[in-house]
Order: sequence, then C-alpha cells, then structure tokens
Amino acid sequence: MNPLKNHAFLEKHSLVLLIAIVVTVLIGGIIEIIPLFRQETVIEKVEGVRPYTPLELAGYNIYIREGCYNCHSQQIRPLRDEVARYGHYSLAAESMYDHPFQWGSKRTGPDLARVGAKYSDEWHVAHLVNPRSVVPGSIMPTYGFLLKNSAKLYDLEDHLKAQKTLGVPYSDEMAVWAVKDAKVQATDLDRIDSDGIISRYGENVNIRDFDGNPKFISEMDALIAYLQVLGTMVDFEVTKGINLDQEESEE
Amino acid sequence: MSENNEHNTEKEIDKLTGVETTGHEWDGLKELNNPLPRWWLWVFYACCLWAFGYFIVYPAWPVIGGATKGTSGYTQYKELRASQDEIIKLQREYLDRFEKASFEEILQDPALYAFANAGGASAFKDNCATCHGTGAQGGLGYPNLNDDDWLWGGHVDEIYTTILHGIRSGDIDGHVSQMPAFGKEKILTSHEINEVVDYVLALSGNDHKGSNDHKGSDDISMMPGQKTFKQNCASCHGADGKGDKQFGAPNLTDAIWLYGGDHHDVYKTVYNARSGVMPAWKTRLDDNTIRQLTVYLHELGGGQVDEIETDHAMEGDVAIPSVEEAAEMVAETVIDAVEPQTVEEDIPVEEIGDEQ
Repeated sequence: MNPLKNHAFLEKHSLVLLIAIVVTVLIGGIIEIIPLFRQETVIEKVEGVRPYTPLELAGYNIYIREGCYNCHSQQIRPLRDEVARYGHYSLAAESMYDHPFQWGSKRTGPDLARVGAKYSDEWHVAHLVNPRSVVPGSIMPTYGFLLKNSAKLYDLEDHLKAQKTLGVPYSDEMAVWAVKDAKVQATDLDRIDSDGIISRYGENVNIRDFDGNPKFISEMDALIAYLQVLGTMVDFEVTKGINLDQEESEE
Repeated sequence: MSENNEHNTEKEIDKLTGVETTGHEWDGLKELNNPLPRWWLWVFYACCLWAFGYFIVYPAWPVIGGATKGTSGYTQYKELRASQDEIIKLQREYLDRFEKASFEEILQDPALYAFANAGGASAFKDNCATCHGTGAQGGLGYPNLNDDDWLWGGHVDEIYTTILHGIRSGDIDGHVSQMPAFGKEKILTSHEINEVVDYVLALSGNDHKGSNDHKGSDDISMMPGQKTFKQNCASCHGADGKGDKQFGAPNLTDAIWLYGGDHHDVYKTVYNARSGVMPAWKTRLDDNTIRQLTVYLHELGGGQVDEIETDHAMEGDVAIPSVEEAAEMVAETVIDAVEPQTVEEDIPVEEIGDEQ
C-alpha cells in the first residue's frame, strides 16, 4: 500500500486522521519543547552572575516599560566585528536571570550587553535627558522625565517574589529587604548602611547616587543603576581558566 | 457531496483535462485530483534528509548530558577564533615588535608609529568618541584631546595610566581628587565666590562680566578675590593659577574651560564643584589596544615627549600659547597624525583649540 497514493484512506476515516494528526504534532512538540527542559545543560558555569539588586530590577522594569529593547539589543554575537566593537561575546549565563530576556532583535542604537561601566553616570544622565547633547547624530528620543519621576520602590518585594517563582534565586531575606536595599544603593554614599546589601548581593554592587541628585531616588537612578551593571558581572580574567567551549576540552 | 460517491471506487477521468477526479461533486462541479508537483515533493524530501544530516553533523539538541555535539566539531566560538586569528596573522609583523617596544621606541619607529596610530584611531571611535567626540574635540564636561592642555598629564606614560585606570572610576589605581563644593558646603559666601570668579576670569584674560564691581580693574593683584583664591584655591590650582596635574587641577590662566568660561558657568563650578568621571579601560580593552590609543592620543594632543615635567618646570616660563597659536598647532598635528578618513575635517579649526 503506497501511502502517497492512499491518503484518501486517511482523509476518509476521521478517527485515523485524528490519531495521525496527534502523532505528527507530538513529534514537532517533543523536538521543540524537550530542549527547554534541558536548558541548564547549555548555560556555561561562570562565576559572578548574580540576580539584580532591587534598584537594578526597578531599572530593568523601566527599560522594558520604555521599550528600550525595540532599538537596543543585549546580545553580542560571536562575530569578529562585534567582539571588536562591544567586547566579549555574550554568554547564556549572563542573561539567565532576565525574565523576560532583553536580547532584542534590532539595533537602531548600539548593543547594550556590555554598556555597564563604559560611560560615566553623568554621561548617561546627559544622554538620556538629551541624546544630541553628547552624540550629535543620535535619533534616540529624550527621557528627561526620568529625572523627575520618583522610582517605584514600594512594590519591589513583590517583584522579587515574582522573579523567584520564575527561578531567580532571590532569598526570602532579599525580598523582605528589597525596598530598603534599593534606597541604600542609591543614597548611601558614605557606606554606613551598606553592609546588608553587600552581604546579600556581593561586593560587585554600585552603591552611589546615579542621577546627580542624592536627595531623590528618581527613575533615572534606577535605570542607570541597571545600565551600569550590564555585562560587568562576569570577570573574564577569572573566566579564562574555565572552558566556555566545552567541545574543545574533549578533543 | 452526493451520497453515492462514498462507494464509488471506479476512477472517473475528467474528459477535458484527462485528469482523474476525486469523485466529489458540487452542483455538477467536480474536483480534479492533481498530485503535488514532483519537483516540489522532491525538494521537500531533500529538505527532510538535509535536516537529519545537519542534526548529525552539527551541534543540535540538548539531551540529558548536554547538547549533542555533532560530528564536525563545529562551534561558533571556534569560527570566531579563526576569524580573529586571520587579523592577528596580518598584524603579526607589527604586533611582535609592538608588544615588546617601549613608548619611546614606538614614537621613534615610523612603521610602529603608523600602526599604533591606525589602531588607536579606530579604537578611539568605538570607545572614546561617545564622550570626547568623534574628532576628540570634547564637549561640556569632557576634555578636548586635541589641545596640549592635559588635566592629568600629557606624557605617554601619564596618558597610558589615565586610560588604564580612569578618573574617579572606582579603580583602586585610578586618578582621584575632589574639589570642594565651596558654595554648597558653605565654605564661601556667594559674595566671596563672585569675587573669586572675577579673579579667576581675570587670570585667564577673559572679560570679567557678572558682578561689575571690579570691571576695568587693570591690576589683578588688587582684586578682592585674590585673597580668597590664595586661601582656598591655590593649594591645588597653584598660587599662579596654572593648575597641578597631580590633582588633576586645571590650569585657570588659559582660555580652556571644561565646564564653560563665562561668569555664570565658573560660578556654578565653584559653587557645586566638578568631578568628571572617566571609566577604567583595563578590564575592557586589551593592553595592545590601550597602548595604541595612548600613542594616538599623545599625537593628537601635541605630543609631550620630554621627561615628565615637574611642578617647578610647569610654573617656570612655559609659554601658554594663545588660542590662535594652539589651534594652529593642533591643526598641524591633526593633519600630520591622522589618516584621511577620520572626521577632523568637519571640525572648524577655531573649535579645536578652544574647549567649551
């Protein structure tokens, strides 16, 4: 029986057709869905990647709200030109705590995966208030209002808990201290109250006033705190010893 | 569909086209049973086959112990390394010598010098131009790198240190200094600040606009701001106001103003203080690139080749060039040093010599 000639049989027996459809969809489903359950096997084991601090998470939420991902990617591909321009190619581990990830798909502006610590806070403020003031040919919209808007901090505990349900390793302690940690990160310039946030998130936390106004925690503070940590968590000097390219080691 | 079609097993051939029908009929219209075009079907089968082959040859699917590796051993990382090696191979002729050469040797050797300048120019555009401008002309708060006025020193070694560790960057070896906010911290009254601003503007030869009390005073030493300057500013900016590179304290006697040079701007500077930040680049760029940048910037900035000048030498008879002279020097340097494709041509010469 030639299946090419006898499709009429399938078409005329609804139950058989139903079973054939289910089998076909299952095959496609297995191929596409099973890998998602094995994702952790393809995330490199690197040191240093931590969940965002509450203030950074607030900035991340602003980044999404303002649609920054529409014009900026956060993924440096392993291509010579990109690595030369933006730095080390992005690792899966570096965005494993982003829910949703901000890889983006379009670069109207430059890639931001390693923008952290590349420019000063003053530059970011000047650039967000009026991009043309520092990059004459820029077509980026202005975001001066971020300076005036107070950063939404009161619900950060819930944000941390929500991220936790998605697999980000926030502890209960981190959630309880979320609001306080956010305030400390933007205002504790003399590092009097910083022990807590450092014990929870490690040494690699930028504790400073980001927007030039230490008395007010604006959305600008939150967004710049987020931008300044992008791509800075993995120390590639240390990572050199780790074989990112698992295949190499087997050869 | 007519009822008897279900049981109609005989093939019915359409008379007009000679193609068999499906036996379905709608109000006398019958459906032809054309097979899929053969070419389409074979392309489809070929694609299925190709997919299986790809699955075997290339890394494909995460399984229990990690992703399948594929038989070819291909990874994008290997491809990247191969393409990077291509470039390194091309540069090898220079790189070998460049890595070993001191800055002095690079400055002496025309081939290495050109190599460093070319690499520096392209690294500059990717990394530095965002703040310092595509032509290194600077901007409000970001120093012009074309002039020979250096906040933290213009000798190659000093430039190298500055790029490596940054300024107020948080790097442990970075340059750090902090001007007091004389107004905000209530060290000086606004009247005293106005006086000292007039004095500073007079030092630089600017008209002292603003508070007009002292306008027209020819003798700077008679100005009331001088005493305040000596007590509060001279420890960093020098008694003569010529600055001190050890603290990154700018020379106040030239016409170069990082944050604006009219009375209002200088008042704001004294009132709030300034503390520009430059990131440390040692974690971001490799040493060769930083050295190339150093040579490039050294050339742009008029190229101090002497031994590092001491404070005393600085305070001596170093002639401060006028704006026109500086612009001329810079213009010459730029023309000599920079390849034609860089952007200097669209910056008017007058702007190069004069920072905001």
